Amino acid sequence: MKLYEYLGKELFNRYDIPVPRSRLVENAGQAGEAAAELGDVVIKSQVLTGKRGKAGGIAFASNPEEAKKEASRIFDMSFSGFAAEKLLVEEKIEIEQELYLAFTIDGSARCPVVLASLSGGMDVEEVPEERMIRWPVDVSIGLQPYMIREICRLMGVSGDLQKEFLKFMPKLDRMFKELDAELAEINPLALTPNGLVAADAKVTIDDDALYRHQELPRISEKTALERKAEELDLAYVELEGDIAVMANGAGITMATLDMVQHYGGEPANFLDFGGGADVEKTSQSLELLLGTDPRVLLINIFGGITRCDVVAEAFVRVKQSQGIELPVSFRLIGTNEEEGRAILEKEGIKTFNSMDEAVRHAVELSA
Amino acid sequence: MSIYIDENTRVLVQGITGKQGSFHTGQMLNYGTKIVGGVSPGKGGQEVEGVPVYNSTFEALENQEAEASILFMPAPFAKDAAMEALDAGLKLLVLIPESIPLHDAMEIMAYAKQKSAVIVGPNTFGLVSSGSSKIGIMPNRYFIPGPVGVVSRSGTLCYEIVGHLTDSGIGTTTVVGLGGDRVVGLHFIDVLKKFEEDHDTRAVIMVGEIGGSAEEEAAAHVAAHMSKPVIAYLAGKSAPPGKRMGHAGAIIERGRGTFESKVEALNGAGVKVADLPTRISSLVQSVL
Repeated sequence: MKLYEYLGKELFNRYDIPVPRSRLVENAGQAGEAAAELGDVVIKSQVLTGKRGKAGGIAFASNPEEAKKEASRIFDMSFSGFAAEKLLVEEKIEIEQELYLAFTIDGSARCPVVLASLSGGMDVEEVPEERMIRWPVDVSIGLQPYMIREICRLMGVSGDLQKEFLKFMPKLDRMFKELDAELAEINPLALTPNGLVAADAKVTIDDDALYRHQELPRISEKTALERKAEELDLAYVELEGDIAVMANGAGITMATLDMVQHYGGEPANFLDFGGGADVEKTSQSLELLLGTDPRVLLINIFGGITRCDVVAEAFVRVKQSQGIELPVSFRLIGTNEEEGRAILEKEGIKTFNSMDEAVRHAVELSA
Repeated sequence: MSIYIDENTRVLVQGITGKQGSFHTGQMLNYGTKIVGGVSPGKGGQEVEGVPVYNSTFEALENQEAEASILFMPAPFAKDAAMEALDAGLKLLVLIPESIPLHDAMEIMAYAKQKSAVIVGPNTFGLVSSGSSKIGIMPNRYFIPGPVGVVSRSGTLCYEIVGHLTDSGIGTTTVVGLGGDRVVGLHFIDVLKKFEEDHDTRAVIMVGEIGGSAEEEAAAHVAAHMSKPVIAYLAGKSAPPGKRMGHAGAIIERGRGTFESKVEALNGAGVKVADLPTRISSLVQSVL
């Protein structure tokens, strides 16, 4: 779960990580009032998409009138389809140098990694590899002062700035661990006459750990349909095409989408209804897909934990209760496939044994 | 021969009294796995499928000898159970649960390293040495002995591919599920090394997917150290960037982990990448 910048900064504040003074505002008038209080300000759209600066979602203002004007301009903008509901109005800080600092998780090393660079402020992808220091943190010992000194040495930092980092990094490390973060990124990390200040905050919390963080708000980037799928505990992603796809398992679902494209079709979605779903959950998955009004329905089941008779029974239930008018291509093999096929045959529904044939049939039906 | 497990591997089932645990204990016993005990705190003294149940891993090991354990329990309890198994001295853990918090997974991996233990998963179907033993939840009938080693990031897709092989009359030595999460114990490289040393394995299939850099790292290893032919399939060619396709690892973020970069790396290492999962068996036949 990605957090808005202002929420990230609230958390920073809780962990004693310096951030600029600010006001969160919901309309242009409030932005003007905030500027009256804070003086020279930066006005920042609170959206989750990156590159909001390049898109014009960040503006400077030196008086309340200007702040009102800029705020109302940003409120009217759209960022990858999302409008900002709130703006963060911050005091403009005196920046001597823009740095970069992040804690994230390195799957290759199976541990957290510190990323640090003297080249901050720009898109992190544009920082040359040799200017980005990467330090994996061994979980069995955690972040130690020697690691911070080493990161500083590799960056070419010493003296007062190193002392600043020795104070700053352990706070970010503690927050990263305690809040089950996947990412805690500060770009730019501003060096000011008063020391290091987090000028931005990009914090992502591990979805699988949210159950132990009731104190955090819930934020969703999902569409209404994706949210409904989430309530049903389905992995669902909306796509652009017209062939609705339902399969069991993330890998096989991706492979099914790839195969649809390979044969010239366009998938309407990714829907993995998981392993071992019962009739109820399988029916709900089907109903969700039918609600998207696709042209063709493609079901690809290779039963392991998932039982073919359960899928067949769910299909028949939905067909009888709400009717399934659109053409269907149904592949069904694996655990209890004979039982499953028998249930479908009674309803006059044929199934394929091979994934390849089922996908090709679905693509033909969509043409 | 096989890698990691064989017919002599003695296995505990943690969470044996749950629905999944008891069902798969029966399936594993049917396959021939030597299950010597189950663990379920507070339920010691019972039997599941004829297997004695103990209150803790320590208690189980006071009464039975075992090297490995398979874990079935809700994700919030997985770290405690895994740490207990490692502390008690087990050397191979198969973590079936999905949705284990990342920071828990990292702690488990760090402790396993200290204990020189192997972790398979989390969010894996486990592993099977065909015809002799399986520690996992894969359907029994597709795993027949043969000359091909398989290592996969995803479950059902792996069954699909192994099912195809079986239908073409090609069996497997060992099939290993790495797990779909961002932090997992075994990586492609660990398993490739084992297959390279295994006399019975004559070719290896890698089933990967978009996200992360595991396939690229594997490609570099194949180029430098593998003499056996490697065939790959990668899922997620059609996935749009920024959308997480079910697996926690399967997401193209900040331009990293794309399908194209993985195919390029693998082709560069001499690995043939099948464009459809159904075409793997013919590629394998061509190298055997």
